[in-house]
Amino acid sequence: MKNRHKRAALIVGGLAALGLAAALVLNAFRSNLVFFFTPTQVAAGEAPKDRTFRIGGLVETGSVKRAADGLTVQFVVTDTARQIPVAYTGILPDLFREGKGVVAQGKLGHDGVFVASEVLAKHDENYMPPEAAHAVEQAHKAAQSVKQ
Amino acid sequence: MNWGGPAEFFAMGGYGFYVWGSFGLAAALMALEPLLLRHRRKAALTELKRELAAKQEATDEE
Amino acid sequence: MSRRLINWFKYSSPQTFYPLAGKMIPWFATLAVLFGAAGLYIGFFVAPTDAQQGEGYRIIFVHVAAAWMSMFIYLVMAFWAALGLSLNTRLSGMMASALAPTGALFAFLSLWTGALWGKPMWGTWWVWDARLTSSLILFFLYLGFIALQSAIDDPRRADRAGAVLLLVGVINIPIIYFSVQWWNTLHQGASVSLTKAPTMARTMLWGMLLMVLSFWMYAIAAALYRVRCIMLERERNAGWVYELPEVKS
Repeated sequence: MKNRHKRAALIVGGLAALGLAAALVLNAFRSNLVFFFTPTQVAAGEAPKDRTFRIGGLVETGSVKRAADGLTVQFVVTDTARQIPVAYTGILPDLFREGKGVVAQGKLGHDGVFVASEVLAKHDENYMPPEAAHAVEQAHKAAQSVKQ
Repeated sequence: MNWGGPAEFFAMGGYGFYVWGSFGLAAALMALEPLLLRHRRKAALTELKRELAAKQEATDEE
Repeated sequence: MSRRLINWFKYSSPQTFYPLAGKMIPWFATLAVLFGAAGLYIGFFVAPTDAQQGEGYRIIFVHVAAAWMSMFIYLVMAFWAALGLSLNTRLSGMMASALAPTGALFAFLSLWTGALWGKPMWGTWWVWDARLTSSLILFFLYLGFIALQSAIDDPRRADRAGAVLLLVGVINIPIIYFSVQWWNTLHQGASVSLTKAPTMARTMLWGMLLMVLSFWMYAIAAALYRVRCIMLERERNAGWVYELPEVKS
């Protein structure tokens, strides 16, 4: 009797785990396959309207403005083709930097300002010591000045 | 060498909680698994020994 | 040719594999400790600070190793499952069962260390992006496999049912791996792949690869130890287990 109960509980547990997994897959495929929209996609009207969604891109260099209270911040998200201004009140992640990746969740206002309720940093897959990063930056700048 | 001393090492540049939380649980679980396995092996061996003794008793009686 | 084939099958019988596994365990355990010590030394004392993430990036040395092993162990289990279904050897089912808890452990560790890494760097413990969601599903697949097997009393039937689940679930592995390329994810792309040069400083890469090797050797040692337990538990009617010195004494 005890064994049968145990077996029944395990079968139920297994089925529940499988069901949960399937539900998660379906949910992920339905709404989260597009984890964020780029500013170009938003400009093309692909992002949902009157509903919260995420935008992703780079924080435009020189666009970050902090208010006097130290918590409210404004910046511009760019994918180098289009830009979206973002307003956010709250704590920013450690890796939030100008020129680096960012994903913000919120709503697009009628004035074109994206009011974010959450800001996440999206870092790249490069890992290097600070000296190397500095060297890469210098080389990048040199290459750009040659182009100009 | 990256660290000026033990305090700096454990602080991990302010990320101590996250770094040691990761390595700590990994070490704990990877130490726990062999212990559980040793326990499982002991239990299996005890059971087999018991069965063997019972078998031998049965043949002795014949 | 035929003799080779016979040898192969000889080693796939539990009776001959049991002592062989026993001899291999100390070697793999030693290698795990050596690689682990070297990996931790390089990871903490040789690899430099990261330009973006400071010391926080050092979570990579345990996170990547655990995540890679969680996927790799599943592939090995699926391989044993396919072998078991097609050749009907007893050993394959036992190997799949022996690997599952260790795979689940690594899947859990990859989620746990990922959360502890995501909080300070991304600003969140968890997001439902494609990479993280598919990794969570992998953990549930391990748990589902273990639950399914323990729910069926007849070991051979449990092996077959588990094998079917493993082969269905294997679709999840390429989804995890390619999720960062196929979809917009918060998780960054791969730093190390077959198609391009690694985007990591060399000492960081060495530390990471040594940790992967260490976890790999650990997984082999743990699975061999567990498969010996499973043999002792399942082969009770076979007789040979009663001839083992550790049982007779």
